[in-house]
Amino acid sequence: MGESATIEYRVAVREAIDEEMARDPRVVFFGEDVAVAGGVFAVTPGLEGEHGGSRVFDTPISELALSAGAFGAAVTGLRPIFEIMFADFLPLAMDSLINQAAKYWYVSNEQASCPLVVRSAMGAGGNFGAMHSQSPIPWLQGVPGLKVVAPATAGDAYALLRASIQDENPVAFLEHKRLYSVKDSVSDGATLPLGEAAVVREGNDLTLVSLSKGVRDCLGAAEELAERGIGAEVVDLRSLRPLDTGTVLRSVAKTNRIVVVEEGPLIGGWGANLLGIVAAEGLHDLDDAQVIACPETPIPYSPTLEDAWMPAEGRIVAEIANRA
Amino acid sequence: MAELSSSQTVPGLDLGAEESLGLYRRMRLIRSFEDAVQVQFQAGNVHGTTHLYSGQEAGAVGVCSVLGEGDKVAGTYRGHGHALALGVSPQGLMDELLGRETGLCGGRAGSMNVVDASTGLIGCFGIVGGSIGAATGAALSQKLLGTGTVAVAFFGEGTANQAYFHECLNWAQVEKLPAVFVCENNMYMEFTPIENVTAGEIVARPIAMGIHTRQVDGNDVWAVREAAWEAVEHARSGRGPAFLETLTYRFVGHSRSDPGRYRRPGELEEWRRRDPLLLARAGLEQRFGIGPARCEEVDAEVAAELEGIVAAGLAAPFPRPSAAATEFKHG
Repeated sequence: MGESATIEYRVAVREAIDEEMARDPRVVFFGEDVAVAGGVFAVTPGLEGEHGGSRVFDTPISELALSAGAFGAAVTGLRPIFEIMFADFLPLAMDSLINQAAKYWYVSNEQASCPLVVRSAMGAGGNFGAMHSQSPIPWLQGVPGLKVVAPATAGDAYALLRASIQDENPVAFLEHKRLYSVKDSVSDGATLPLGEAAVVREGNDLTLVSLSKGVRDCLGAAEELAERGIGAEVVDLRSLRPLDTGTVLRSVAKTNRIVVVEEGPLIGGWGANLLGIVAAEGLHDLDDAQVIACPETPIPYSPTLEDAWMPAEGRIVAEIANRA
Repeated sequence: MAELSSSQTVPGLDLGAEESLGLYRRMRLIRSFEDAVQVQFQAGNVHGTTHLYSGQEAGAVGVCSVLGEGDKVAGTYRGHGHALALGVSPQGLMDELLGRETGLCGGRAGSMNVVDASTGLIGCFGIVGGSIGAATGAALSQKLLGTGTVAVAFFGEGTANQAYFHECLNWAQVEKLPAVFVCENNMYMEFTPIENVTAGEIVARPIAMGIHTRQVDGNDVWAVREAAWEAVEHARSGRGPAFLETLTYRFVGHSRSDPGRYRRPGELEEWRRRDPLLLARAGLEQRFGIGPARCEEVDAEVAAELEGIVAAGLAAPFPRPSAAATEFKHG
C-alpha cells in the first residue's frame, strides 16, 4: 500500500491485520475458515501465506473455545485476533468474552492485561435472515472492560483496527457486511485513538448520530435534507465503549436537535441510551430528540420485508421531514 | 517468532523424606486454611459465598508438585486449594477473602475469582468450565512461544457436560497443545450425583478424542503425583494434551449454604476413613518411617501459622471505597 490509497473496506481490514502481524510477532489470528480459505467474506486471504500457519490458522466450529483460547493466550503473552464469522454467533462465545476477558484487568487488580480483538461481521441488508443479520452492540455495550468499535469507512477500519490490536485490553471490532465492498481512502500507517467520535459533515440545523453503515445512510440523508434547506451535521461515534459523548454534546449545543440512527430495535438499544445521556447532560441545549430505529421484531428475510425493517436513507429523510 | 529456551527445572519424581513431608504440610495448610475460612465465614468476616476444598487436597498438591517455573494453572471457584498448592501466599489469599486492601487482588476478586500472576495462577474461575478455556489458551501461547511449559486446568466432574469441555479438549488435541486437564471427580455436580446427569464414563470422552488419559485415586497424593508427572511429561513433550481424572470426595457442602443432605448414609464416614491427610500420614510412615509425632508437629506449626494469618488479615485495612472506581482507561 502506498502513502494513501483507495481500497475496499475488507482490504483495509486485511492490511491492518497484516501490518500488525508484521510489526509484532505476538499477534496471531485464528477463526473458522480464515486461513486457507481466506474468510467467508474474503477479508483475510493471503495472511496465512504471509505469516505462516502457526500464526494464522483455521479452527473448529467452537466459538466458545475460540473466545476462551484467545483469553488464555492474551493473558499469557500473545496478542490474539479471532474471528466470529457472523456477529449473531457471538452469544456462543460470550462467557469467556464477558466473564473472563472483559473483567480480567480490573478483577486481577491490574496484575495483567488481556490484549485480544474479536472481529465479527454484523448487520442487515443482505437477506441473510434473522440469525445472520443482527447488530450485537446492545449485547456488548453494557460490559465495562470490553471496548466496542464499529468503523464506517475503509480508512477508519484500517486505523481503528490497528489501534484495537495495539490496545492492552479486549476490543470487539464489528465490521458491517454491507460496507465490505465500499472503497475509501486509507492513509498508510495511520491509527486512531479508540473512543473519539468524528464530525464527518458539518451543519447547523440538526445533529445526526450513528456509526458503522448508519453513517453512510446519514450522509446520504444529509444530502437530501440539504436540498430541502435543512443543514444536518453528521457525527460518527466510531465506538460505543468508550463513548465520546463530548463530541455529541458539542454538536447538539450548536444545532439544538439530535436524531440518532440505529440499526436495531429501539428498546434496549444504544441510541436510546445515548439520548438519555445527552438529556441528562445537555437538556438545556435540546429542542428536540429522536431515535430512528427498527421495528421490535427479528430481522425478516424477504427483500421487501428486510428493506422495510432497515433504517435506510429514505426513511431517515422522511422521519425527519415529518417531524419538522 | 522468538524461540524461548525451556530451561525450567522439573522436580524429580522420587521424593526424599523431607520433600514428602512437604507434600503433607501443603495438604495440611489447605485443610487448616479452609477450616479457618469456615470459622471466619460464620463470624461474618468472609462474605458472599465460599466453596471449600476440604477432602480433595491430594489432587491439587499432587499435581502442582510436578509443575515447574513458567507452568500455568487455572483453578475453579473451589480454588483455594489450587492456589495454595501452587504456592500462592496464604496471607494474600486470606486477606482477599476477608475483603481487605492487602488481598491478592486488593479485594476486587473475592473467593471465586483470584488471580496471582506471580505464581502462574492465571486465575480461579467463578463459572464452571472457565478454567478449561483459560488453560487451553495459555497452552496455545506456550506452544506458539515455544516456552516448553504446560498449562493445567483443574475442574470438577460436572464440567464434563459443558461446551468448554468438548470444544477445548477437541481443539487442544487437534493443535497438540501442552495442556493438562485435571478432572476432580468428587461425585456430586453441586447437589446432584454425577451419574444421574452424565451419559457414560467421563474418561471415555477424552479417550475418544485420542487424548492421553488416566484415572487415579485422587485421595492418594503419591498416586496423583505419579499420574500427574506422566501427564505433564506427555504435554511438555509436544505430544498434545493429557487428561487426568482424580476420584475424590468433598467433606463439606458444595457451598456455604449446603448441608449435604443428598449424601448416601455412611458415605461421608466411609470417605473420611480415606481422608487424604490420613493416607499421606500412612504413606510417610510406610515409605520413610516418619511417625505421627512428626506429622503432629507439622500440624501444630501450620495451626500457629494460620492463627497469625487470620489475625493479620483481620487487622488489615479494607480498601478505600474510592479504589473501586479506578481510572478504567481500558474501556
